Amino acid sequence: MTRNMLAPLAALVGALALVPAPAAAAASAVLLKNGVVHTEGARGTIEGGSVLIEAGRVTAVGRDLVAPAGAEVIDLKGRPVTPALFGGIGQLGVSEIELEASTNDGTLKLGQMRPEFDLSLAFNPDSVPVAVARVEGVGFALLSPGAEPGRKGAPGSSIIAGLASVVRLDGRRPRAPVALAVSAGEEAGPLAGESRAAAYMLLAQALEEARGPAPLAAGELRLLTPAGRRVLKSFVTEQKPVLFAVDRAADIRAAVEFAQRERLKAVVSGGAEAWRVASLLARAQVPVVLDPLDDLPEQFDQIGATLENAARLHAAGVAIVFSRRSPAPHDERKLRQAAGNAVAHGLPWDAALAALTSEPARVFRAAAEFGSIEAGRPANLVVWSGDPLEVSTVVDASWLDGHRQSLRTRQTELRDRYLARVRAGTAR
Amino acid sequence: MPRSFIRAAERLVALVAGAGLAATLAAAAPATPPSDPYPSTYAPAAAAPVLIRGATVLTGGGARLEDSDVLVADGKIAAVGPHLEAPAGARIVEAKGRWVTPGIIDVHSHLGVYPSPQVSGNSDGNEATAPVTANVWAEHSVWPVDPGFDTALAGGITTLEILPGSANLIGGRSVVLKNVPAVTYQAMKFPGAAQGLKMACGENPKRVYGAGRNVAPSTRMGNVAGYRAQWIEAQEYLRDLATYDAKIKAGGKAAEDAKPPKRDLRLETLAGVLRGEIPVQMHCYRADEMAIMLDMAREFGFRIAAFHHAVEAYKIADLLAERGVCAAMWADWWGFKMEANDGIQENIALVDAAPNSCAIVHSDSEEGIQRLNQEAGKALARGRAVGLEIPPERAIRWLTQNPARALGIDGRTGTLEPGKMADVVVWNRNPFSVYALADEVYIDGVLQYDRAHPPALPRSDFMLGQPAAAGVVP
Repeated sequence: MTRNMLAPLAALVGALALVPAPAAAAASAVLLKNGVVHTEGARGTIEGGSVLIEAGRVTAVGRDLVAPAGAEVIDLKGRPVTPALFGGIGQLGVSEIELEASTNDGTLKLGQMRPEFDLSLAFNPDSVPVAVARVEGVGFALLSPGAEPGRKGAPGSSIIAGLASVVRLDGRRPRAPVALAVSAGEEAGPLAGESRAAAYMLLAQALEEARGPAPLAAGELRLLTPAGRRVLKSFVTEQKPVLFAVDRAADIRAAVEFAQRERLKAVVSGGAEAWRVASLLARAQVPVVLDPLDDLPEQFDQIGATLENAARLHAAGVAIVFSRRSPAPHDERKLRQAAGNAVAHGLPWDAALAALTSEPARVFRAAAEFGSIEAGRPANLVVWSGDPLEVSTVVDASWLDGHRQSLRTRQTELRDRYLARVRAGTAR
Repeated sequence: MPRSFIRAAERLVALVAGAGLAATLAAAAPATPPSDPYPSTYAPAAAAPVLIRGATVLTGGGARLEDSDVLVADGKIAAVGPHLEAPAGARIVEAKGRWVTPGIIDVHSHLGVYPSPQVSGNSDGNEATAPVTANVWAEHSVWPVDPGFDTALAGGITTLEILPGSANLIGGRSVVLKNVPAVTYQAMKFPGAAQGLKMACGENPKRVYGAGRNVAPSTRMGNVAGYRAQWIEAQEYLRDLATYDAKIKAGGKAAEDAKPPKRDLRLETLAGVLRGEIPVQMHCYRADEMAIMLDMAREFGFRIAAFHHAVEAYKIADLLAERGVCAAMWADWWGFKMEANDGIQENIALVDAAPNSCAIVHSDSEEGIQRLNQEAGKALARGRAVGLEIPPERAIRWLTQNPARALGIDGRTGTLEPGKMADVVVWNRNPFSVYALADEVYIDGVLQYDRAHPPALPRSDFMLGQPAAAGVVP
């Protein structure tokens, strides 16, 4: 490509910069018309559909909607609209640069079992990775604490990593904690005296303390603080989801049976071999959070990993939610590509989109806000240039809580600075 | 879900704990090393000719041919064009609506040296016991059983460079492999492909040695001083060799008394670089550091074939093109450490836009290597979004011709040209789609992967007899 071929870019880049998408633009009425609206709600997919946004909420969805006076009307020309996507389980907003300890708050390493650890208090809505994920159509994610053994004599975390919360990528505060992160498979070994079996022993003890009507006698070994007992008990009484990090089929079975015994609402996280116990998961109504790209025995727990995991679980009637295995906050934008790969390996397209929208919203108790485009719900939605699961597709516009979102980030600023230099032949 | 952040190689570097310096490897031996002591034993099986008919063909050299045929015979590309004649006994592949490309080449892989499963017993990618280990060869760590070779094959990977990790300033020699099933790595070794030298800029060496062990380097200036000291030693070694050779040539008493310098694996590698026999494959993220490395290459007169990772290559796209240095990049992996903080999704497209550029999409990942085609698809889309219209026939070069060039094998593979190795992928659709799957993968004309007819048993010995992999439901 010659420099001459690049010359027309000047005009184009100039034009892009003029697209009116100010940060959190005022929420006036907007009618999106003539799109393919994937409502992920009772209305299903509406070809030639419209969405009316008023005062931050979706007020109507359907064909032939009429714009109220003064509303901005945007002709989508057949482009798809979806609910804002789920970014997966990870550490978006609490980790700026993973290898720089000073910028990471995601893992509690007190060497104590602290189910009351509320990571959402560290959430930084201005974190650059938050905006980078947002401009790729991600609207919400599950912020969940990490688990890590201590090193060189320093304390590590515990098999209960702490509380997980749904975070919103538009600058608002996270929702109240909704889930509890628990290690039970390979990850649990180093946190439980080098045996994953002990994870259940410790969990059972903690639950007994939490349920116990009377505090333990003085001098008795206890795992939890009073606050920890209250928090853990709430997961039993309120049936909030407990995320069990397990991959091996036998561990998934053990976790599900443990949860049934203890009357916990289990969610499998990881689940590389979940397809092997699909009927158990379907019967017990346990959802699986999985990475569709898992297909190697990266650990001995994942020998049965296959690209068909999602398709097989879905066919068996198991609810699936997508997440990358790595919690890297910089990688959440890759999740829709992973979903596309699940489709390439047998998952129906609609189920893949649901695993990125309505299913995570339902499983993590955020369905009143995220996961569907329905009248009365806050407007959290994305207009795509094409198939949202396709790698060639980009976000054309997005609204979170009814506010049109800026598509600019630190990365687009860098791009534009150097694009101009490449064009001028002075990129050095 | 295991909560690890960093790709395998990087992760290891982050965790390396203190250890003593390695003893210097040296042995009394002749000055002239055997030229090829661990030779390739790879010989493709005989295979019937193959005629792929009616496909959209991306040649890898920049051309796109519609409704075209590719004829393979004797392991080589025999012809590319419309309406080719099928030789007797040829396997006919009807490929109407499908796409054909050269085999995909990954210039940056740790398959075999950081294999799956990722256990300590198999962790052989970083000789992180001293900051300079030019004496080690990655090929001596390759575990051919790694199941990652199989999953990469399903992604169309026919050739890959296996590198030592990036813990060290100078990590050791790389090896180029053909992605064929084998019991020994020698039976995968790309015949005649030069080894490379893995070097690393930036954070990793200073983290592992300075911060990890209080051993130099602990700073970027320490890094550069460390490389330069090695080149100075290599120059001296070459002088000693030249002196010895001159004495031998002179004959008589001088020749009788001549004593060759002691064999030294480290100096043999470094001398090979200075002689131009071993290209440098340089792990480097930041633009400013790449510019320093280019100056250093000039100072000592060696060639850097490619900067790997090159997250900031877009900032010096013209400089890289002018010096004829390739940049091997990710489509969108960034931010996991400070030197990766300026990653942008347009990096590949911007590097590609410079005249005479050499942009490459690489993986450094057992997951990424399975779908380099999709990574290129993302980079294409990001280019298009800012007005850099890149047609598929150009973008495929990022995965074929350009990596072949960086590895010095572009005369033999990387394009579908008569006489080249028949490394060919038949895709079920446009390969830059997320839904694209390789239907067939040929290596030297041999059908190594056939999506429609999966083998009854896994190729990797490790996967044999594993109930979980065999689909046994507990």
